[in-house]
Amino acid sequence: MPLEKILETYKNAILKRWFEAVAQTYPAETARFLQGQQDPFANPVGGATRTSLEGIFDQLAGDLAVDMDIEAIAAHLDPVIRIRAVQSFSPSAAVGFVFFLKKILKEELGQESRGRSELLNRLDARIDDTALVAFNIYMKCREKVFQLQSNEMRNRTFSAFQRAGLVRDVPEDDPDKNNPIE
Amino acid sequence: MSEMPKPKEVLSGLDHRPPRKGWMDTPVDIRKGMYCYAANPKSVEYLGLPHAREWNPLDDDWKLPENWQEILHKGFKERLDRFRSIKVFMDICVRCGACADKCHFFIGTGDPKNMPVLRAELLRSIYRNDFTLSGKIFGKLSGSRKMTVEVLKEWWYYLFQCSECRRCSVFCPYGIDTAEITIFGRELLNLLGLNIDWIATPVANCYRTGNHLGIQPHAFKDMLDFFVEDLEEMVGVKVEPSFNKKGADILFITPSGDVFADPGTYTAMGYMLLFHYLKERYGFDITWSTYASEGGNFGFFTSHETMKRLNSKMYAEAKRLGVKWILGGECGHMWRVIHQYMETMNGPTDFLEEPVNPITGTKFENARSTKMVHIAEFLADLIKHDKLELDKSRNDHLKVTFHDSCNPARGMGLFEEPRYVIRNVCNHFYDMPANTIREQTFCCGSGSGLNAGEDMELRLTGALPRANAVKYVHEKFGVNMLACVCAIDRAALPTMTEYWVPEVDVTGLSELVANALIVPGQHDRTTDLRGEDLPGREEEEDGE
Amino acid sequence: MNVNYMFSLVAVLVLILLAYAGAGAAGFTTFFGVFIPYLALVIFIGGFVSRVMDWARSPVPYRIPTTAGQQKTLPWISYSYTDNPSSNAGVVLRMILEVLLFRSLFRNTTVEVKDQKLIYRLEKWLWLFALAFHYSFLTVVIRHLRFFLEPTPFFIVWLEKLDGFLQLGLPGIFLSGFVLLAATLLLLARRIFSPKMNYISLASDYFPLILIIAIAATGLLMRYVAKIDVTAAKELTLGLATFRLAVPEGISGLFYIHLFLVCVLLIYFPFSKLMHLGGIFMSPTRNLANNSRAVRHVNPWNYPVDVHTYEEYEDEFREKMVEAGLPVEKGA
Repeated sequence: MPLEKILETYKNAILKRWFEAVAQTYPAETARFLQGQQDPFANPVGGATRTSLEGIFDQLAGDLAVDMDIEAIAAHLDPVIRIRAVQSFSPSAAVGFVFFLKKILKEELGQESRGRSELLNRLDARIDDTALVAFNIYMKCREKVFQLQSNEMRNRTFSAFQRAGLVRDVPEDDPDKNNPIE
Repeated sequence: MSEMPKPKEVLSGLDHRPPRKGWMDTPVDIRKGMYCYAANPKSVEYLGLPHAREWNPLDDDWKLPENWQEILHKGFKERLDRFRSIKVFMDICVRCGACADKCHFFIGTGDPKNMPVLRAELLRSIYRNDFTLSGKIFGKLSGSRKMTVEVLKEWWYYLFQCSECRRCSVFCPYGIDTAEITIFGRELLNLLGLNIDWIATPVANCYRTGNHLGIQPHAFKDMLDFFVEDLEEMVGVKVEPSFNKKGADILFITPSGDVFADPGTYTAMGYMLLFHYLKERYGFDITWSTYASEGGNFGFFTSHETMKRLNSKMYAEAKRLGVKWILGGECGHMWRVIHQYMETMNGPTDFLEEPVNPITGTKFENARSTKMVHIAEFLADLIKHDKLELDKSRNDHLKVTFHDSCNPARGMGLFEEPRYVIRNVCNHFYDMPANTIREQTFCCGSGSGLNAGEDMELRLTGALPRANAVKYVHEKFGVNMLACVCAIDRAALPTMTEYWVPEVDVTGLSELVANALIVPGQHDRTTDLRGEDLPGREEEEDGE
Repeated sequence: MNVNYMFSLVAVLVLILLAYAGAGAAGFTTFFGVFIPYLALVIFIGGFVSRVMDWARSPVPYRIPTTAGQQKTLPWISYSYTDNPSSNAGVVLRMILEVLLFRSLFRNTTVEVKDQKLIYRLEKWLWLFALAFHYSFLTVVIRHLRFFLEPTPFFIVWLEKLDGFLQLGLPGIFLSGFVLLAATLLLLARRIFSPKMNYISLASDYFPLILIIAIAATGLLMRYVAKIDVTAAKELTLGLATFRLAVPEGISGLFYIHLFLVCVLLIYFPFSKLMHLGGIFMSPTRNLANNSRAVRHVNPWNYPVDVHTYEEYEDEFREKMVEAGLPVEKGA
């Protein structure tokens, strides 16, 4: 059986453990809530994490003969990283959950992984790549947070000056509207 | 505050769970991005509030007055004698857990001390120790503990991580209201000078100049004049707002945030266009005040007394100007104060008339004593009686959803009026999932004075449940506009959507109305109030 | 191991031993059968009343109902009569729904997204357990009035018929006792095994639960297993009710344990969270009508405060106001 097929068989078990492991990066009381509450509106963190992990896994476990679709990986990583980037995690803890998968795979696949070291290595490399993409997204999110902070500050003071008539000479297409930081 | 992760934190997620410790044994960890800066002593002093000083939440030493424990104990006791709510809420919680996962800050941050029940237990533990027999006999077993600097810091950190939205209170079988507990807790903290600057400075400004931003009267007028120019350009009519006008029919009060920051400014322009319309068509005379130029009341987030001091201007100004009644703009906590506190604090109001809409003849029975009407109620009445000429299609480029602001929702019950108005000025309206709207609405994450810049992570995580529901209607129906009736929403939600759902913009109710309003003498309007082209109408512009 | 529930468990065990040793072995039956019950009743009633009076002493300065439905405004907008009452009748109805049906707990809904559609479900377990617990407890308490009243009033007979409708076994099985035990066990399990509940629970949450479990268990044991001398027991309890004190011989130690635990519960009641029984009626977010803009609510301690008057304001800004063309009161 090709490794992809095996991964498919073990998908649910692996995802379950992975999600549990990610949930346990939160305090125990919270972890239980994240796992137990299935309503995506009452539990957006759990909901987004669950969906993200599945999407990431499907990409990772896809055809190992071709290159992994980095953009697709990024799209699936975004929601979960976007949340973890503002949740008081250290940067490593925010993205480190990607590596949990390595240990889980090793334990879940067990016997099945015999004689497939090359493919497994490739899977390993994919996980590493995923972690790096996660880090990129994390940084983008953090930059966004700082940008939002400075935008708010700027809008507040600048508009105040402007409306108070202190910067009357601003040209028609004032920079505030173009938002040069974007 | 080293940012370097400890080795265990890095890749230990699989094996490592934090040791199980009770919440009382977990000391507070004041984290960057989750708290607001300390109050500027000048602001505290201007208001004559006690213990103004420079202090920093991250310092070990908060420079507390020597007898701080005594001050707190006395303050606690005084308030137990004054507020039945506090006394009852301190006693009757059974910790059933119904509220635990209802708080947007718990859902978003995952910090268990943000469960409403625990936020209240932070105070209850001291209450039991200081005021109950069982606390004295059984000590920690009864869930009591002694007041220490550590506990005080925990109070401060978590009481400024509650937006007083009352969502938990809807689910509590005894109606225990965390907002009430937070209000009370913050009042105690203020006895020790422990306010945050995002609240203290607006309060001082408001006291002095009439509004949170410290806009002086002439500048306030300047700002509205600026909108007059904009409106003339976009609509083709010259509106003439009146200020401090004696003998006007109505005094209009709205949060100053709307005169100052986008997209609230468009809401303000919406009011102005609406008032112009009413004046032209029906001779209805509405005036603005520079003295009572703030609807919002950050005093509410300081103490009951401060709330009353700021709120007094509304009636004082209405009396001075001799208006018939007061119309209130779109604001959240402003309406909680008006609806549930104002007349009790600063009434009675024998100098005003029971509010009647002279255009429709409708008596606003529900406001007959306080004599202040919400603009959504006023608009709904006008539309119902067909007194506004509207061209809905001018909002056709918008797919709108409505965010029920916490205070008008759970402190008033304003659900249908704004929806009725939106449905009559927009063709595309979609509600968010039922457990995220109306009485179950999720907070914007920035309410109760927490919309500062330095606590951005707190605000973003707190906004996640709301954003998540917005994202759902965006993906499902293509919603691109989030309407609300709150100035803090209009200030905070654009930042929130930019992070979580960048495709969705934020608007006030009155802006949507003004977009659709057919104003006598207007030219062919090719843009909305934001100056953005209306799709399908640009050609007409070419033809001109 | 959690010190909170271990302590509570040990405390209840000690109480059981105390009663068993005291009344059963040492024979202090008058102390446990007469003195303690009267003491408990006095403390319960006195404590309950004084707690409620203490709450009532503090005023309700503001009208702060939590509005959980559409307000009453314009006549053509239908409003929520019970979830956002505008009249006292509405408030009474709201309180009835709250007290008898636990309305607020019934609000917990969860959503599932299935095939792009939202499916709402009621999160009903807490509500159901709570309801089962309270109603079975109430039934058991009322049924027990038979021990204090002679002849047995008709409503107790009816209730017993209803409660024993299964008509199983001899003596006939009363459902309420079993429901009470099951519901309290489930509520206890919830506190112990849910990390969230475990985290927020105090010893004072476990203690009354375990106490009630022990009361229910000893009661069931007496009725269905040990089959104590009911006539003797009733002689004692009826004696208590009619002040014709008599402590008959031959009442099992089990009975004294049961009675003692009930007395402990009564004594504990006024000093604990169990006072929510009285408190729910005093909760200002539930027991007030949302009519604060229609009828002025009066705060008895409303005191004058420092305000920044218009005159002070104009004095500070007059020049600028005049310059900007704003009307002023003085010296325009």
